[in-house]
Amino acid sequence: MGASWGGLHAVSTILAALPRDFDTPVAIVQHRAKESDGLLVGLLQSVTTLHVRDVEDKEPILPGHVYVAPPDYHLLVDDDHFSLSMDAAVRYSRPSIDVALASAADSGGAAAIGVLLTGANDDGARGLRHIVDKGGRAIVQDPATAEVRTMPEAGLRALDGAPRDRWSVAPLPEIAARIAALATTPDSQRARARWEAR
Amino acid sequence: MTLPSAPTTYDPALERLEIELLLEAVYRHYGFDFRGYAYASLRRRAWKRIQAERLETVSDLQAAVLHDPEVLDRLLDDLSVNVTAMFRDPNFFLAFREKVVPLLRTYPFFRIWHAGCSTGEEVYSMAILLEEEGLYDRARIYATDMNERVLRQARAGIFPLERMQEYTDNYIRAGGRRSFSEYYTAGYDGALFDPALLRNVVFAQHNLVTDRSFSEFNAILCRNVLIYFDKSLQTRVHRLFYDSLAKFGVLALGGKETLRFSAFEECFEQLAPAEKVYRKVR
Repeated sequence: MGASWGGLHAVSTILAALPRDFDTPVAIVQHRAKESDGLLVGLLQSVTTLHVRDVEDKEPILPGHVYVAPPDYHLLVDDDHFSLSMDAAVRYSRPSIDVALASAADSGGAAAIGVLLTGANDDGARGLRHIVDKGGRAIVQDPATAEVRTMPEAGLRALDGAPRDRWSVAPLPEIAARIAALATTPDSQRARARWEAR
Repeated sequence: MTLPSAPTTYDPALERLEIELLLEAVYRHYGFDFRGYAYASLRRRAWKRIQAERLETVSDLQAAVLHDPEVLDRLLDDLSVNVTAMFRDPNFFLAFREKVVPLLRTYPFFRIWHAGCSTGEEVYSMAILLEEEGLYDRARIYATDMNERVLRQARAGIFPLERMQEYTDNYIRAGGRRSFSEYYTAGYDGALFDPALLRNVVFAQHNLVTDRSFSEFNAILCRNVLIYFDKSLQTRVHRLFYDSLAKFGVLALGGKETLRFSAFEECFEQLAPAEKVYRKVR
């Protein structure tokens, strides 16, 4: 799940509305200042009973957990754990939503669900397309409900021409339910079982 | 990042096999061992190189690398990360000053190993810090990297002038006591640091993946290097550091690196938890 400008509200809204027993691991990449460590995790933890964690290198990926990319590091999905990287910023961003989504797609294939939210740049658009191209699913926040529409609009442009059954647009209040529904489809459950078995 | 056109045929297991074969080829033919690197970033960099070379698959890259050493050079550049700064993460250097310097003060002579020092900014930072604490003449700093090219830059001690403002801010936040500009001379080519800062520094090539320990140290710094290694290579290097540390020696990792998921967690206590400064206790 990637967000930039206006993301705190959007991400909190979604986390607060996820089912209490939601067991698909969630990773959040929110653009923020290098020195803003810790605060975001506390704020997000206050809206959900899922366990919110600031990611450290090689952090295991567990059900019922929400993982937040640390400031100034790229977050990558490395099968059953996360790896961090200080590779150059991508589209001026580190952490980059593109990098995180693409690695989720590379690792998770059809089990990956990418969510792109409000923001004032185009980070995340390519990563979202990458998820769909590798068999996963994408949800884009309806730009009309985004604090800044640039990022979701870039996501929609990137999805142009992608198979229509693999992605959707949703207003902010409906995104959590959409994620929960996608995570429990038989296809997605099968893909996740394959991912977990690796 | 890649945007393949045939979505449903994506096979992560096949891609992994191709990447393993690429790394095996690089190792067997050239001797560079990236086989224990963290897979997700490796894959990302391999694909960057594949696209830059206008190739289609990982296997294409393998063939190109085997038949053209220039492609290998470019791939090696992609695979080695050299991000650093003077007094990078000022809170770390502040913690080192407050928590580690008092320990070092108890030794008549001490050795510091800076593993993966890259272009040397943090080595100069450490020399400055120890100088200001009146300890530098008791210190010997061994600064190593696997990459000879970055070591040459480190020895030269010339850093970009345009970064001096950032470095000055870092220096102040790290508890610096003088005027940072006392340590360098600005010229057209950059900021030349006082060569006297290197009087107790030994730069040497050392590869954490393949090389062994070469001394016993009172402190080891290895910041944001191990994030590029997979878990089993991390374990190997943790052991190398553990074996290379004197009793009560200090290990400093990067801000988001941890011994929490390692076999050595119980062997260390945390001196400065937020800054990932550990002390060997058993």
